[in-house]
Amino acid sequence: MAKAAKSKATSSKASKSPARKRKAAEPPDISKDNIDDALGFYRQMLLIRRFEEKAGQMYGMGLIGGFCHLYIGQEAVVVGMQAAIDEGDTQLTSYRDHGHMLACGMEARGVMAELTGRIGGYSKGKGGSMHMFSREKNFFGGHGIVGAQVPIGAGLAFAHKYRGNGRISLTYFGDGSSNQGQVYESFNMAALWQLPVIFIIENNQYAMGTSLGRGSAQTELYRRGASIGIEGIQVDGMDVLAVKAASDEAVRHVRAGKGPILMEMKTYRYRGHSMSDPAKYRTKEEVQRVRAERDPIDQLREKLLKSGLTDEAALKTVDREVKDIVTDAAEFAQNSPEPDPSELYTDILMEA
Amino acid sequence: MPVTITMPALSPTMTEGTLANWLVAEGENVSPGDMIAEIETDKATMEVEAIDDGVMGKILIPAGTENVAVNTPIAILLLEGEDAAALDGAAAAQPPPAAQAEAMAEPTPAAPAIPAVAAPSAPVPDAVAEIDVPPGTEMAATTVRDALRDAMAEEMRLDEDVFLMGEEVAEYQGAYKISQGMLAEFGDRRVIDTPITEHGFTGIAVGAAFGGLKPIVEFMTFNFAMQAIDQIINSASKTLYMSGGQMGCPIVFRGANGIASRVAAQHSQCYASWYAHCPGLKVVSPYTAADAKGLLKSAIRDPNPVIFLENELMYGHTFDVPVLDDYTVPIGKARIARPGSDVTIVAFSISVGWALEAAELLAADGISAEVVDLRSLRPIDMPTLLQSVAKTNRCVTVEEGWLACGIGAELSASIMEQAFDDLDAPVTRVGGADVPMPYAANLEKLAVPDAARIADAAKAVCYR
Repeated sequence: MAKAAKSKATSSKASKSPARKRKAAEPPDISKDNIDDALGFYRQMLLIRRFEEKAGQMYGMGLIGGFCHLYIGQEAVVVGMQAAIDEGDTQLTSYRDHGHMLACGMEARGVMAELTGRIGGYSKGKGGSMHMFSREKNFFGGHGIVGAQVPIGAGLAFAHKYRGNGRISLTYFGDGSSNQGQVYESFNMAALWQLPVIFIIENNQYAMGTSLGRGSAQTELYRRGASIGIEGIQVDGMDVLAVKAASDEAVRHVRAGKGPILMEMKTYRYRGHSMSDPAKYRTKEEVQRVRAERDPIDQLREKLLKSGLTDEAALKTVDREVKDIVTDAAEFAQNSPEPDPSELYTDILMEA
Repeated sequence: MPVTITMPALSPTMTEGTLANWLVAEGENVSPGDMIAEIETDKATMEVEAIDDGVMGKILIPAGTENVAVNTPIAILLLEGEDAAALDGAAAAQPPPAAQAEAMAEPTPAAPAIPAVAAPSAPVPDAVAEIDVPPGTEMAATTVRDALRDAMAEEMRLDEDVFLMGEEVAEYQGAYKISQGMLAEFGDRRVIDTPITEHGFTGIAVGAAFGGLKPIVEFMTFNFAMQAIDQIINSASKTLYMSGGQMGCPIVFRGANGIASRVAAQHSQCYASWYAHCPGLKVVSPYTAADAKGLLKSAIRDPNPVIFLENELMYGHTFDVPVLDDYTVPIGKARIARPGSDVTIVAFSISVGWALEAAELLAADGISAEVVDLRSLRPIDMPTLLQSVAKTNRCVTVEEGWLACGIGAELSASIMEQAFDDLDAPVTRVGGADVPMPYAANLEKLAVPDAARIADAAKAVCYR
């Protein structure tokens, strides 16, 4: 593809700053201009939180099998990012994917029914927690192999550029994935070919049980694209308004045809890596401190109330509505039938 | 003593080439490093460098001569103090290097006669290739290499979503010159050189396929696809199932597979059984140029991931290809490459050539062998194979790869399960030796199946 891109990626930008850090945009205060957005973020983050809590509960009851990786604590990242993109833009992530699907507008019922392995699930019960997709919502998974979604996300960006359709690819991965070789292979080709992709590292500080510093020689993950000229932005991933402001800027950069950009979201997961992880590699106090001081939902709730543009009663209404959606999804997921045995041999190949 | 300059081999598989041009004339001085001649093969053009100081004494092979066998003396260089008198008999006194001597049909003559040296593994002409085309269809002699290129180019003309990516596919025209001329026709948007980064570009291609494009990914050889096999199996082959039918992956992974020549263990291996093992893939491995073209066109149109296994040693072989606007061969259909009645020899890719040679040897012993060319390895056309076994009651399977858990093992088990009563002898497998491919010429020869071993196996199942 575009050969001219080569010089652009290697010369002009690389000389400016060795760290290649772009200062993240300041999050705005809540005002009349953004109150609707902010209330929407609150509702979406709460939906993800309540959904994941319910999923955890159902896992404990034996209704959900296998691996189940909860997104609790990281909600601001996906909600802020998704608010910055347009319909038709594509997104994909790792196996910690329930929050992304809800933020993409996929139905809670279909996601929960996939977790219970029922025909009403997004993959007819054949993918499970880690492998869900919605072509309709441009959600391309749900990938179970650490880091494997990163070249695929760059490939979706390749398809956008090939078609010249103006779309961009949001490619989410974790701090653990960020050490996989194929991530750097993807960075290189995305920069070489100026692909419209935003690489979003959700740095929740732990790659399963390995803390960032124990697995990464360079812990400032926004710098990981520096050697090939990919600009990095470090963002407070616990502040949804900060994420939205930064992602607006990243989307502008990528959509303008300036090639890939890398965002490091400093975030935190409250639960273990998966349901079976007792999380002995960190202290309870550490988790409690983040919950008390940086919780994305509490922080936004406080700002909303402080703004005077909404009140406790209105937020309570949102809480109730979200609770109803989750309860309904849980019921649906338990009542939806298991896939018919004939489904065993469907969807292996498409009709040629 | 004058120095005899011989026709050089430009690649491990080159047996002959064209002496395109002399860059020095008789009587001119040459120094080490000087370009003295241009040699062409169907893959490449290269210049020959002088390695000695001297004067060009005599040009033995004129410029423009085609089919000059490797090691044929092409010129004589006079060293310091020598004169033309030294030319007499100089070339004849130069023995060919020992390693290649075995491959030469006759001692190299001093005169510029050009011996027709057959490659040791050259298949017999595919005289009975059964091509399913209307009677009277015009045929064009085409190399496997050009047939593959024609298939890709035709499909790219038809469908804007088809593109080719891989290492050296564009400006270099393909490491094995499969994509010759494609950059010029389709431009760098659709014929894309990648960095050497198989895992990454395979993932990118898979993502592009999920995004609705129809990539053709060239692996320089399938040995390097091992770097990318996670994306092929875990992403390309399984996602349709894991998404409940939403996420089709229309993609072709193609490139040289199987044994090459003198490149040792890491560059000489057959991956047929690796991929044929996996649901969610289709696997194709043609022998003839017509099949290479027809199957590649079908593979590109297929909405599923298709593994297209070629063989480097076959690229230069010529077969008849039907001259039709749109010649396709269906995936999953085997072909009777030679009809017979006493024993079935089932093979795919280059081993079909060995099987046909074996059938000739067997015919001389009064055994009529039927050769089945599988063409596709997933799905395998069991009906055609079983029909043949029902007729012959005996079967020998042939593959380049290791026998353990291989294609022959699969065929043998399937025949046993589905046609036990038809068998008059156990199914017998012929395959590569159960060792990493050795480099030494003699050991390599021992590691690779050949017509004699196939014929022996066929005689054994015929109790002869």
